[in-house]
Amino acid sequence: MVETLAQRIFVRLALFVAMAILCVPGLWVVLTAFRTNVEVMAKPPVWIPQALTLENFRAIFGLAATQQGIPVVAYFMNSLVIALTSTVIAVAIGMMGGYAFARYRFPFKNTIFLGFMLSRTVPGIALSLPLFILWSRLGLIDTHFGLILVYLAMNIPFTIWLIDGFFRQIPLSLSEAAQIDGCTRWQAFWKIEFPLARSGIASAGIFAFLTSWNEYALASQLTRSTASKTMPVGLTDFTAQFTIDWTGMSAMAVLIIIPALVLTFVVQKHLIAGLTFGGVKG
Amino acid sequence: MAEVTLSKVFKRYGAVEVVRGIDLAIAHDEFVVLVGPSGCGKSTTLRMIAGLEDISGGEIRIGSRVVNQLPPRARNVSMVFQNYALYPHMTVRENLGFGLKIAGEKPAVVAARVEEAAGTLGLGELMDRLPAQLSGGQRQRVAMGRAIVRHPDVFLFDEPLSNLDAKLRVQMRVEIKKLHQKVKTTVVYVTHDQVEAMTLADRIVIMRDGNIEQIGTPLDVFERPVNTFVASFIGSPPMNLIDARVESREGRAVAVLADGLALPLRPAVAARVAEGRPIVVGLRADDLAPEGHGLVGAGETVAIECPVLLAEPLGTETILFIELGGREVQGKMLMPRAVAVGEKLRFLVNLPALHVFDKATGARIAD
Repeated sequence: MVETLAQRIFVRLALFVAMAILCVPGLWVVLTAFRTNVEVMAKPPVWIPQALTLENFRAIFGLAATQQGIPVVAYFMNSLVIALTSTVIAVAIGMMGGYAFARYRFPFKNTIFLGFMLSRTVPGIALSLPLFILWSRLGLIDTHFGLILVYLAMNIPFTIWLIDGFFRQIPLSLSEAAQIDGCTRWQAFWKIEFPLARSGIASAGIFAFLTSWNEYALASQLTRSTASKTMPVGLTDFTAQFTIDWTGMSAMAVLIIIPALVLTFVVQKHLIAGLTFGGVKG
Repeated sequence: MAEVTLSKVFKRYGAVEVVRGIDLAIAHDEFVVLVGPSGCGKSTTLRMIAGLEDISGGEIRIGSRVVNQLPPRARNVSMVFQNYALYPHMTVRENLGFGLKIAGEKPAVVAARVEEAAGTLGLGELMDRLPAQLSGGQRQRVAMGRAIVRHPDVFLFDEPLSNLDAKLRVQMRVEIKKLHQKVKTTVVYVTHDQVEAMTLADRIVIMRDGNIEQIGTPLDVFERPVNTFVASFIGSPPMNLIDARVESREGRAVAVLADGLALPLRPAVAARVAEGRPIVVGLRADDLAPEGHGLVGAGETVAIECPVLLAEPLGTETILFIELGGREVQGKMLMPRAVAVGEKLRFLVNLPALHVFDKATGARIAD
């Protein structure tokens, strides 16, 4: 199709507006994190920042003179421990489960698989009250373990489902060829099937990590103190009865965004799908 | 030395019997082809030899060892898969060396053996490519290289040529045969293509519904098929099978077809069939030729005149479709000339080459 100039301009413009709608809030958060409170609160709003400052970051770490700090480091560590632990476990179980669903036949296989999917249809927040009661009876409120458990329940069905799909794409004959070449089933898995499913496992890992890292609703109910509060929950520390510290909150939001962004970029190169293509018939 | 011996081997999936107690003895260095229509159990049999399928009953021996319980890696077999099953994330060199590396061979040994195999199959320039960068024929060759590099006792081929186009298939068929002459090893080869079976095999095993129908050299099964199934499966075009009844004419036993044509039977066959018995006569296209176009030096013939329904010119010969005994049958015209549809030709039936089968069981009536 040949585009006329007018069409091209229209398409670019429409894309620009769409991207602006998507990006501006994020951009605004980042900008706010580096601006002074005066500038943020100014009316009419100042669109182009006049001066950038790191003061807000210093403030939330308690390094500024004017303001009391927020236990960012504790929150960050909580988030990291909870998200990483639940991701590692979810990926490990997802790998085993996904492989089992892709390769083995066992009773009630389809029922169990459907059950996993159905569990994803229930919004987590709908379970928050029973979960809260259960967790409080078990003494899991305000613990890492309690939150990790919740995130595992959220992530495992998804990782199994995703990784199953990737293993299914790998022809069974590759594992068989490896076994004839002298591998045990275990070796065949690690040397052949695992490297080929790596992109799927990496994406499952990213999804699991981001889910746990960003989750707010359940964490806000199941955590109480610096012992387990995660970064998103920590954002509420910036709201007081009459004021909201927008700059501090934005600075914290940036700290939440950065690790997720870095991880996504690092893992992205493993997300090259279609590696199995070419090994089998052409 | 590696003979492969199957004794009363069964394979069942629940109540379904896929392989029904087959016996097969394959000699050292022999090239045996399992052939049959899809679902006949030939691939399952191969996979049981490889150890990729459990054996439900019976015994499989490779050399002197019973391998029923051994995992694939302990059987010292190698296999070429229908889809090649090359490891997509490894180069050709790594693919070839994988098995040796797993076996813990020294890198120098691995390199030497890989080079040797690459030399045998002419893979020299492809060694550092990934499977995705190879053509179908090249992948096929790498798959064979991976099989020979380990010096296995037995080669297993599972329909290795079925993904190639017709021309390449013929070429690779020749290469496989040459390879076997170079690398003397026992070969079990599965295919559904009877031409492949005929051209490659020392002995052909024809299977149907989990049973072995016939075992024999290519010429054996072509010339003396034990039943109508083998007769129609082996040979191209397939053997014409026509219902008939044994009658006595002028003191001779003859097969009378539905249209009244009488084909005298050889004395040896005639002695074994009672008058009135329903039979099936089998006639290869080569033994039904227009007068003057084939059947040179044939024995006794019977002539019939009938119109040509369809002609398929193949160059060196033309396949002619005519009606015989109420059925459409195929004859072969050597030294062909143009034939018009509806043209009446005088065909000769080569009587000594007539195959006779029992109508009820389909079994050959031996002569």
